[in-house]
Amino acid sequence: MRTQNATAYRFLTPYLLIFAIFWIWPIISSFLISFQATRTVPWRFAPTFNWGRLIGDPAFYNALKNTLLILVIQVPVMIALAIVMAVLLNSPLLKARGLYRFAFFAPVVVGEVAYSAVFRLMFSLDFGIINKLLESVGLAKIDWFSNVTPAMALIMIAVTWRWAGYNAIIILAGLQSIPEDVYEAATLDRVSKVKQFFHITLPLLKPVIVFCAVLSIIGTMQLFTEPFLITERGGPGGGTETLGLLLYRQGFRSLNFGYASAVAYTMAGLAIAITLVQLWLMREPK
Amino acid sequence: MTSRSQARLGRSILLHLFLTPLALIWLFPLWMMVVFSTMPDNGIFSPGIELLPHDGFIDNFNNLQRDTNFVGAIGISVAVAVTYTVLSVLLTSMAGWALARYEFHGKGAVVAIIFGTITLPYAVVLIPQFIMVARDFALANTWIALIVPPLFNSLGVLFMRQAFSMMPAELFDAARVEGVKEWRIFLFVALPLARPMLAALAIILFLASWNNYLWPLLINSQPGAMTAPVALGTLIGLTKVSWGGIMAGAVMLTVPMLIVFVLLQRHFIAGIAAGAVK
Repeated sequence: MRTQNATAYRFLTPYLLIFAIFWIWPIISSFLISFQATRTVPWRFAPTFNWGRLIGDPAFYNALKNTLLILVIQVPVMIALAIVMAVLLNSPLLKARGLYRFAFFAPVVVGEVAYSAVFRLMFSLDFGIINKLLESVGLAKIDWFSNVTPAMALIMIAVTWRWAGYNAIIILAGLQSIPEDVYEAATLDRVSKVKQFFHITLPLLKPVIVFCAVLSIIGTMQLFTEPFLITERGGPGGGTETLGLLLYRQGFRSLNFGYASAVAYTMAGLAIAITLVQLWLMREPK
Repeated sequence: MTSRSQARLGRSILLHLFLTPLALIWLFPLWMMVVFSTMPDNGIFSPGIELLPHDGFIDNFNNLQRDTNFVGAIGISVAVAVTYTVLSVLLTSMAGWALARYEFHGKGAVVAIIFGTITLPYAVVLIPQFIMVARDFALANTWIALIVPPLFNSLGVLFMRQAFSMMPAELFDAARVEGVKEWRIFLFVALPLARPMLAALAIILFLASWNNYLWPLLINSQPGAMTAPVALGTLIGLTKVSWGGIMAGAVMLTVPMLIVFVLLQRHFIAGIAAGAVK
């Protein structure tokens, strides 16, 4: 095929312009900003100013610890739940499939602010429906907002509720792309459904699951709205403060763009590192 | 009844016994959102367990409108989401078309860069975007600030590239032989053929804009310029505020999207699942 540079770039230019101005340049720019002291006018180049502070900042380690803790617990639980949802929704035995699909997929359209407000109300100490239900079955009520462990659990519950169905949609599409005849031989050999799931379905789903895991890790790495709105600015006492929230506080409350950029690049570095490890762990055996 | 079909029945019952409680738990927050939105504040903050809707939605809505100009904010949200969706569908499908259908210098690099940015957290561009839009361009609290920076969308381009590259080349070659210009082929042959994919993409983009929170929170923080989620978010955590009103706002943000979801479920799911099927 002959090359069609002029035509191709006529179609591409508007998109590439936006891309260059609002993505490529900011990616470079925030890297440069992270090496500047930004609370003096004019900004001055000070390579260790922000990064040096980051390394010694207890608030950074607290946010990092919280973010990683949410990451290692919430993402695997949610992906496992999404696989269960997808496999069961795909079962030919299921009646009223549409209703179940609606129940699991509906949170996908719910905005962060709307669901944060509902979760905050549902889990409130004295008048929250969750504590009322716990008490009505004879359990002690839980102070979800004043203690760190329940507050972290609440964040994880909220995020899992919001995103499990989203991942189930992707996994379900993956399941439906597995051809029927893959299972036929196994069924003829009387291999149990459970064995079929672990030895046929899961290995074939691997790329889709990796895709979901990578997207979820990037998303959770930037977790902001839930600790901002549900646990009230990362409360109690910074117990649910995430890297996303630290970036917001430093960048947009203290207007310390240099330090906030260093936090942003740390998040990016972590996301890329975890993604690479994941892709490496899940690589096809040679 | 054979033992085989008995086993099937048993499995079916087990399946529903497991899935039904899970589905009810999943629907519970949405149900409670509706229930809360119809209850007066002294009903929400009372010791009894209330699981059924009351009739106070209008009162709650009035309280919300007293706390913040929510109707105005909804207007901004709708206008921004519609404009954003139209522009973004156009830009991403033009780019996807070029990547799918033409050979040109730098194509490999463009594709590689677009793929590369998928795994990059948005946080990395947030601060320079803010500095640029708010300070350099002085566009804070405008619609342009809400619409233009989020126009870059890598998954959308890859989705449309996929859609156009699956179409048979003969369709377009026939038009070329007739001397039809490339932009007319794109507009009048390719785009109509891609209608289902465009619908899926449009729904996902509209939803993303409708629910977008962090960027509008930062860039349009003045009362008259806020989008609906931002306006609602400012009330959460305040003391003298109607929680029934907040819930009425949450319902107004959520229920229209749930209706769209039910009506256009197929496109919705296609749009979300598209990321996985490469």
